[in-house]
Amino acid sequence: MEKTLNQKAWFLVLPVFLLVAFSAVIPLMTVVNYSLQDTFGNNKFFWAGLEWYTELLHSERLWSAFGRQIIFSAIILAIEVPLGVFVALNMPKKGVWASLCLVLMALPLLIPWNVVGTIWQIFGRVDIGLLGHTLAALGIDYNYTRDPLAAWITIITMDVWHWTSLVALLSYAGLQSIPEAYYQAAKIDQASRWSVFWFIELPKMQGVLMIAILIRFMDSFMIYTEPFVVTGGGPGNATTFLSIDLVKMALGQFDLGPAAAFSLMYFLVVMLVSWVFYTVMTNLDKKAGY
Amino acid sequence: MGMAHWPRRLVLGGGLKDMAKITLSKLAHSYLPDPKGEADYALKEMDHVWEDGQAYALLGPSGCGKTTLLNIISGLLTPSDGRVLFDDIDVTQAPTAARNIAQVFQFPVVYDTMSVRKNLAFPLRNRGMDRASINTRVEAIAAIIEMTDVLERKAQALSADAKQKISLGRALVREDVNAILFDEPLTVIDPAMKWALRTQLKSIHAALGHTMIYVTHDQTEALTFADQVVVMYEGRVVQIGTPQALFETPAHTFVGYFIGSPGMNVLDARVEGTFAYVGDEKIALGADYGRPGGKVQIGIRPEFVSLHGKTGMAAKIHRVEDVGRHKIVRAELCGQAVNMIAPEGAEIAADAARIQFKPDAISVFVEDWRLEPGGGKQG
Repeated sequence: MEKTLNQKAWFLVLPVFLLVAFSAVIPLMTVVNYSLQDTFGNNKFFWAGLEWYTELLHSERLWSAFGRQIIFSAIILAIEVPLGVFVALNMPKKGVWASLCLVLMALPLLIPWNVVGTIWQIFGRVDIGLLGHTLAALGIDYNYTRDPLAAWITIITMDVWHWTSLVALLSYAGLQSIPEAYYQAAKIDQASRWSVFWFIELPKMQGVLMIAILIRFMDSFMIYTEPFVVTGGGPGNATTFLSIDLVKMALGQFDLGPAAAFSLMYFLVVMLVSWVFYTVMTNLDKKAGY
Repeated sequence: MGMAHWPRRLVLGGGLKDMAKITLSKLAHSYLPDPKGEADYALKEMDHVWEDGQAYALLGPSGCGKTTLLNIISGLLTPSDGRVLFDDIDVTQAPTAARNIAQVFQFPVVYDTMSVRKNLAFPLRNRGMDRASINTRVEAIAAIIEMTDVLERKAQALSADAKQKISLGRALVREDVNAILFDEPLTVIDPAMKWALRTQLKSIHAALGHTMIYVTHDQTEALTFADQVVVMYEGRVVQIGTPQALFETPAHTFVGYFIGSPGMNVLDARVEGTFAYVGDEKIALGADYGRPGGKVQIGIRPEFVSLHGKTGMAAKIHRVEDVGRHKIVRAELCGQAVNMIAPEGAEIAADAARIQFKPDAISVFVEDWRLEPGGGKQG
């Protein structure tokens, strides 16, 4: 019997095709397109090749924003991860207090980002802000609109305030999943509190901590709203992180070509780091024998 | 296998032993903050002495308070009433670490990031033992649990069996412990390995002489491991005795049911002197029991019920199960179920048969507790 040849089945994958095309491929290709061309307006484009890329790779402006970004992410990870673990270790394990703690911890996570920015912008103001005014009254020279260090401290404190809860909640979930028998065995083996943390709690939290670090890294690496609201990237360029710089370039100066090249490199860096994390995590899982 | 052939010197490693008699005095425990009646107690008030160097099995169904009792001894749980004494020193409020007790749990606990060697050495390192002694000791224990060749491997990557052997090893590694407690340690181990490990534990006990308490709900495990079996039921110790005593003279109907396969036949009866009456049948007893009142029952092990063609009581046979070395006959006597064990070759008539009870193998129970001949009540 002859087989019926029918190509209509291809129509079945069409919806997925269209969805992916419009949501990912076409926008991305538009950016790729911009990154390879130059324009003087009037919708006229000229082929520029890799010019924007070479220019950006030699741009001091980009590299300094990248440096600030790395330092920012490193600092907030170095504070939020240990602090989050510490908070999780000290949260009550059950009862009313545990529920109350969970609700309180979740609160900062529920506040919209620009609201967080606004809260801290006002909180830190020397004229009317509780924090800024108090510090000024104590004779401490604090002004985040003038002093780069004060601006950094404000933004880092804000991020820690906003996101440590996430690390704490994830760690708490990891801790809660440790069977009671481990703690009992440790008591039987006369282990110290430090040993219990180092040999039981930390290894068991490894998985969730990796996820927490990954999420916090990506989020902080792409941070935009909060520093934009608080400092607008200033004073000077002191808190101009990659996203802020990108928006300045694309919308402020309307440099479409360089901004597109910038976005693609930015995207590649985030993807690369995520891939490294993913590989490390799956290797950990394999070692654990899941 | 087994470790009787290991030189005693190697097994002991040359340390001092410091074992203790463990006394439970008016001990009771409730998980509720404000227990009202006896029903609120997971562990009813008890007095008991665990003699130094004995191997005990704590046998009972799930939820009878075995684990509660074990955790109270090791200090993982503080009892709501009564005291725990190690050699006359009150340790009721002492933390687990101060009691120097080893305990193995139902599910394997290993320290994932450590090698097998480090796992075994962990309790010794926490006690500040010197490196050389730790090594000698760890090697000796690794030989006993047969893990010498995987000593350097990460514990995390091993099978559940192997992990539980590490847990056992960690319990055995300290020589100076006051007691070693096992909380159903072989649940996750496959049957063939179970036998081997149990035999090993017994020889380890013989060689090291630690007080061991072994919690289980498996009677075979209890009977093969222990010198003394402590049977618990609903938060109470109902009998302490040798496997033989539990079999021959159960102190409580529960011990009758729980020990033996199938368990003891317990029949509602009326007892007058040297005879018991079940329905219309008159059954001779081995001794004079007087005229007990209340709920009276007689108990007879299936092993001591025999099947006869002509003489004896009329019974209805429901089912015959051939279990290989013998047959189990499920029958009915005056409306009450009776099991009996018949030899493999026995011919069993399909319809009415006649059965006999061996008189001196019959136990009499009043309100579930054993009645001794002459009217004295034990328990």
